[in-house]
Amino acid sequence: MKTVTVSIVTPDGPVYDSEVTMVVAKTVSGEMGVLPGHIPMVAPLAISAVKLKKQDGSTDYVAVSGGFIEIRPEKVSILAPSAEAAASIDLARAKEALKRAEGRLEGKKDDIDFKRAELALKRALNRINVQEGNI
Amino acid sequence: MVNLREIKGRINSTKSTQKITKAMQMVSSSKLRRAEQNAKAYVPYMEKIQDVVGAIAAGTKDSGHPMLTARPVKKTAYLVIGSDRGLAGAYNSSILRQVQRTINERHKSKDEYVILALGRVARDYFVKRDHNVISSVVALPDQPTFADIKEIARNAVGMFIDGAYDELYMYYNHFESAISQVVTEKKVLPLTDIATSTTSAAYEFEPSGEAILEVLLPQYAESLIYGALLDGKASEHASRMTAMRNATDNASELIDGLSLQYNRARQAAITQEITEIVGGAAALE
Repeated sequence: MKTVTVSIVTPDGPVYDSEVTMVVAKTVSGEMGVLPGHIPMVAPLAISAVKLKKQDGSTDYVAVSGGFIEIRPEKVSILAPSAEAAASIDLARAKEALKRAEGRLEGKKDDIDFKRAELALKRALNRINVQEGNI
Repeated sequence: MVNLREIKGRINSTKSTQKITKAMQMVSSSKLRRAEQNAKAYVPYMEKIQDVVGAIAAGTKDSGHPMLTARPVKKTAYLVIGSDRGLAGAYNSSILRQVQRTINERHKSKDEYVILALGRVARDYFVKRDHNVISSVVALPDQPTFADIKEIARNAVGMFIDGAYDELYMYYNHFESAISQVVTEKKVLPLTDIATSTTSAAYEFEPSGEAILEVLLPQYAESLIYGALLDGKASEHASRMTAMRNATDNASELIDGLSLQYNRARQAAITQEITEIVGGAAALE
């Protein structure tokens, strides 16, 4: 089966680098599956999980907090402010962040803080989901 | 005659200072190694984002995006990256002097510019001189992560978009090598000098080029700031290492001089004692 090289990089360094047969990412305009040989394309990503199907049938999940995906026929790059592979997510920390964000959402009705808390909530939920594997 | 005990005391205190500076030098050199690694880990991200931004900017000329268009400058912002602690040689002073000189040249009144300060030394300097410091971050860790400066980077970019200022310059020490760091001025916003790459393939945009710029440009500007911070941190450690090495060397020199003085004084005391004894014995005969 044909494969495509995927690399996920953040400002803190590369997070994921592998050959996969398919990438499924959630862009702001909807979910998208990318197979090898895709036309060159750029799309911003939602705070979501990126699904990476490997040749041996296994699947990797990486939580990304936004950023964008750049697709070329032979290479897919994802650039995100932060990204974590399922194995490296600190569940306790994510749950704490979730609680904090929930508390803030209940307390404040201020527009900017509200939006920020909402984003924090999304990021925390995304991490927890990826770590626990329910996607 | 020089007091023996006094010299001994000075030698001891210099020695303990030397121990401290030596330890600081070694700590800084290991931190420098880490900082260099961080800067290296960051390179692929920066190259990639530059590539994509270049490709998109080339594809969607005159998009009219606020971050790409220069507007008449009424207010300028200076982002100054300093350190939290001193004892780093000329690290802070050279950068502060440069910023101060630039401000004096370009501006007549304090209403024409604002300062964003990273690091305690930089913040204190500008606050003390009554400059308009609108944002600051202190107590940054030695190995900062992107999350640590996200807030100030986002604010800096956000305030530009909102029109709080029309230009954003960044000042930091560029790390050239362990012995040479250069104060660098970089214009972050507006992003007028994006290198448009012609080599990369023409992209399809989903949903549209403008929508992508909306996401991409702030992320790009933030990463420029983060890159400068990493560079600055490496310079800080390098600069502190050099300063501490010099201090250690100076202490050695001082100790050598003092030891010489001490030995002379000791020898003089012994000689005097012998003379006295011999004199006394002669008097008895």
